[in-house]
Amino acid sequence: MTIETESHHSISRIRETGVDRAFNIINYTLLTLFLLLILYPLIYVVSASFSDGAAVIAGRVWLWPVNPSLYAYEKVFSYPLIWTGYGNSLFYAVVGTLVNVTMTLIAAYPLSRRDLWGKNAILGLFLFTMFFNGGLIPTYLLVRDLGMRNTRWALIIPQALSVWNLLIAITFLRSSIPQELLEASQLDGCSDFQYFIRVLLPLSTPLIAVLSLFYAIGHWNQFFAALLYLTNKDLFPLQIILRNILISSQIEMDMIVDIKSMAAREALRELLKYALIVVASVPVLIIYPFVQKYFVKGIMLGSIKG
Amino acid sequence: MTTITTPARTNLAAAAKPRSLRGAWRQIRQGWQLYLLLLLPVVWLLIFMYYPMYGAQIAFRDFLPGKSITGSEWIGLENFTRFFNSPMFMRLMKNTLWLSLYSLVVGFPIPILLALSLNQLQTGFFKRTVQMVSYAPYFISTVVMVGLLLNFLDLRRGPVNLFLMQLGLDPIQFMGSAELFPSVYVWSGVWQNTGFATIIYLAALTTVDPSLHEAAVVDGANRLQRIWHIDIPSITPVIVTLFILNMGQLLNIGFEKTYLMQNQLNLATSEVISTYVYKTGLAGGIANFSYAAAIGLFNSVIGLVLLVSANWAANRLTNKGLF
Repeated sequence: MTIETESHHSISRIRETGVDRAFNIINYTLLTLFLLLILYPLIYVVSASFSDGAAVIAGRVWLWPVNPSLYAYEKVFSYPLIWTGYGNSLFYAVVGTLVNVTMTLIAAYPLSRRDLWGKNAILGLFLFTMFFNGGLIPTYLLVRDLGMRNTRWALIIPQALSVWNLLIAITFLRSSIPQELLEASQLDGCSDFQYFIRVLLPLSTPLIAVLSLFYAIGHWNQFFAALLYLTNKDLFPLQIILRNILISSQIEMDMIVDIKSMAAREALRELLKYALIVVASVPVLIIYPFVQKYFVKGIMLGSIKG
Repeated sequence: MTTITTPARTNLAAAAKPRSLRGAWRQIRQGWQLYLLLLLPVVWLLIFMYYPMYGAQIAFRDFLPGKSITGSEWIGLENFTRFFNSPMFMRLMKNTLWLSLYSLVVGFPIPILLALSLNQLQTGFFKRTVQMVSYAPYFISTVVMVGLLLNFLDLRRGPVNLFLMQLGLDPIQFMGSAELFPSVYVWSGVWQNTGFATIIYLAALTTVDPSLHEAAVVDGANRLQRIWHIDIPSITPVIVTLFILNMGQLLNIGFEKTYLMQNQLNLATSEVISTYVYKTGLAGGIANFSYAAAIGLFNSVIGLVLLVSANWAANRLTNKGLF
């Protein structure tokens, strides 16, 4: 009897590990494939941007740069519009994010208070706009009538608040700041303003980091609002300039004018695009590893409320 | 009995009502600083979110530039019937729905599978690397993403076609093909968004009680059985929630990527509602605000209807709707 159960057990255990081992092998193989699929295009872009243009259009670049040089980058950085775009995007990202984070926090704090009379109605007012909106044309007409077209405000004020991020903030304030803190502060005669500035804000640094990140990346990558509201070249963010070069293939002649042969021009055009992609994405990708944990945290906060 | 309790109850209710009203007033007066903080965001919300809803009435009017919204002639549903009867209507609906459904069918399950698979790994270098690399494409801007596609899939110089030619195959016209546009659109979206979309499922999977897994191991369940019977049921609420939200977005094919990927050759499948609204309303020579606004409003209303229906269905099926 005992021998039978024992043997039965060991058999089932062997079969188990067999299935599990096969599962593990397949799982690791698929994940490695997936990893390479994501990684390869990124490596290729960087390698191509450092390669010789002729090698790129002949398809001789596979993994590592061929005849490495910084030629494309010299060309990209000698192009004044790139600098204008960089400067403008930096402005939109910094000022826009400042406005966004302030607006989100001053809305989230009162709405996170359980004792705020009417909070559900006000929150409902915000939430409804996630599912229904007036549409592109009425919004455009409003911005136009406010005189914001061709001003920097057009990229900042109409997007001053994202309801999704507001939800993340409210969830954070409700779940991560103990209720007793408010009660203790109130006993000490702390007003709501004082509590907000002296107690809540210092405790909300992870939240502020998450919000800043979401908003800043949104501004840096913003294209549509600039397309809608801006026609003045001096105000163009980097994404509009990138669109013109990468997608509409408008490369100013002075970038390639000193090149004699057609083939060499063609090669440089191609090279410039790869270098531009790197230049445009580097700011985001550089800060990304440092802030990745905050991002994950932010998404998780959003999912609790979900 | 009843004669005694009824007056008592009404008395209680009568007593409670003024008290709660007075309490509400006291709450408002004590919390004035909170309302002051809320003032700016609410004013912003009313102006930039609710005023356009009021302005959407130009869809029912013959709005001319220079006139005010309410000053232009009311024409009822004329803009809508014109849109429904135009040859563009069927094409836009077909393209928009097809791109959405294709994205949903491919893009919705893949992050779930990836999360389940990542969840089987022990925390370590490999898991961290896969996660970090898979999130990275999400941060690439739409413009750069489309630029990448154009470069990679270029007919003569793109690495993909260069590779095909080295294998002795014919190069494929990816970007200038109405037939291939939906696939390029959807699969590049998978490349860009899958990693990021797993975060939410991985978060949900960390809340699974480990004792469930231990018990299942004792009972002789293998990994696949544990995924099927423990992991998937645990994250079902999250899946349902995200599915409802996705349904609400079914007609909202992102403007940026579609617009940037468009060219004369793929327009037959790449013209969707949002790009058409932009072109008729703002990009064309004659700005046709009212007509474009009508199409946009139609889009918003259908989106809301889809969201509410998906939520209703989820409530009926799983009791786990959003609201």
